[in-house]
Amino acid sequence: MKTQIVLSQTDDRPIYAQIMDEIKQRVALGDWEPGLRLPSIRELAAELRVSVITVKRAYLELERGGVIVTQQGRGSFVSENVAVSEVQQEKLNRLLQEVARLAATMGLSEDDLRALLSQALKRR
Amino acid sequence: MNAIECERVCKRYPHFALNNVDLTLPTGTVLGFVGPNGAGKSTTIRIIMGLVHQDAGQVRVLGQEMPAQQVKAKWDVGFVSEDMRLYSHRTLGFHLKFLRSIYPAWDDAYTRDLLDRFELNPEQKVKGLSHGQRVKAALLTVFVRRPKLLVFDEPTTGLDPVARKVILEEMMRVLEDDQRSILFSSHNTLEVEQISDHIAFINRGSIVASQEKEAFMDSWRRLRLVVNGDFKMPSLKQLVESQQSGRQLTLTVSDFSEALEQQVRETGAEIRQVERLTLEEIFIASVEAHQRAARADAKQADENQEIAA
Repeated sequence: MKTQIVLSQTDDRPIYAQIMDEIKQRVALGDWEPGLRLPSIRELAAELRVSVITVKRAYLELERGGVIVTQQGRGSFVSENVAVSEVQQEKLNRLLQEVARLAATMGLSEDDLRALLSQALKRR
Repeated sequence: MNAIECERVCKRYPHFALNNVDLTLPTGTVLGFVGPNGAGKSTTIRIIMGLVHQDAGQVRVLGQEMPAQQVKAKWDVGFVSEDMRLYSHRTLGFHLKFLRSIYPAWDDAYTRDLLDRFELNPEQKVKGLSHGQRVKAALLTVFVRRPKLLVFDEPTTGLDPVARKVILEEMMRVLEDDQRSILFSSHNTLEVEQISDHIAFINRGSIVASQEKEAFMDSWRRLRLVVNGDFKMPSLKQLVESQQSGRQLTLTVSDFSEALEQQVRETGAEIRQVERLTLEEIFIASVEAHQRAARADAKQADENQEIAA
């Protein structure tokens, strides 16, 4: 299976984190259903032209986060009880933290931020 | 098992010396070998290949002692360096036919597939090929044999980005087989960072860093701080560089941890940003730190001599 994952060289996140986010995104969107078999670490490394150790790290951390399960000798699968909402929640939390950090360096107050958020909600 | 093991390898030339080089390539992995020009990359690789004999130290390639057992080892090793030449009045097809007569496990389908993906015409004479095509042709003659160990000295130098991508792709395909391994040297830190499992830096004949890539990249950080007038620099063990401009202080450390971040925060400094470094930045900082340390040592030795006199 080709994952069609596209990595970015201008992204601040390290490659293993980009791979994790791409996989989480596929799971969150429902494109990768629970029980789906992921490519082996070496297959994905070859597809993405990144080191085996980088893919291994992404898989280990996805496993730790409960997104995938790895069965010795059989491969890695999307977890049967993966909470899609948790994956999305985690992403939202991360983005909110980023917003909070940026707002602090810009010196924005909580009210300023609220106003910007409601504007953003109206725009979508 | 390890595909390559170098232990305390030394080689002395009139104007250059390799000093106690330790290098390990575990089977099924890629080792990226990085260093400035003249640092000893090619010499190390030549010793590994048995082309140059070490003055001291152990070298084992695929379990065979080098140079004593090199004939046995080389059966399963593919080596390409920049100065390698194919016969210019012959075609690439001639070379492939010759190799085919030596290696019994030759795979015609794989050969055709590689020719196709490398965009090479086997009918063309080598002298008519461009530089990039010659490099690709030399690499192809190694890939087609499916050796257990591939040793490439600057495999992508002089290649255009598209050709580089094709080569990296083929290198990673090799790694789909967990019994095959690659050692390659490169000045292109981006590609080393991308495909290596382990990274080794060499400078002035000495290995200055040799580590598993993820842990290595994770341990380096740049901290951007804003400090007050009464700021006292904490004693950080692995502070590689510090630059100050007014109240802004930038620290580069090679052993980053949350404890270190806490230690810096306790000085009263405000941490504005913590950044990861690219391999290129890590490489330059390591080499410069190594050179500063060498100069300091030399100065110390001079002073000691003066005192002695």
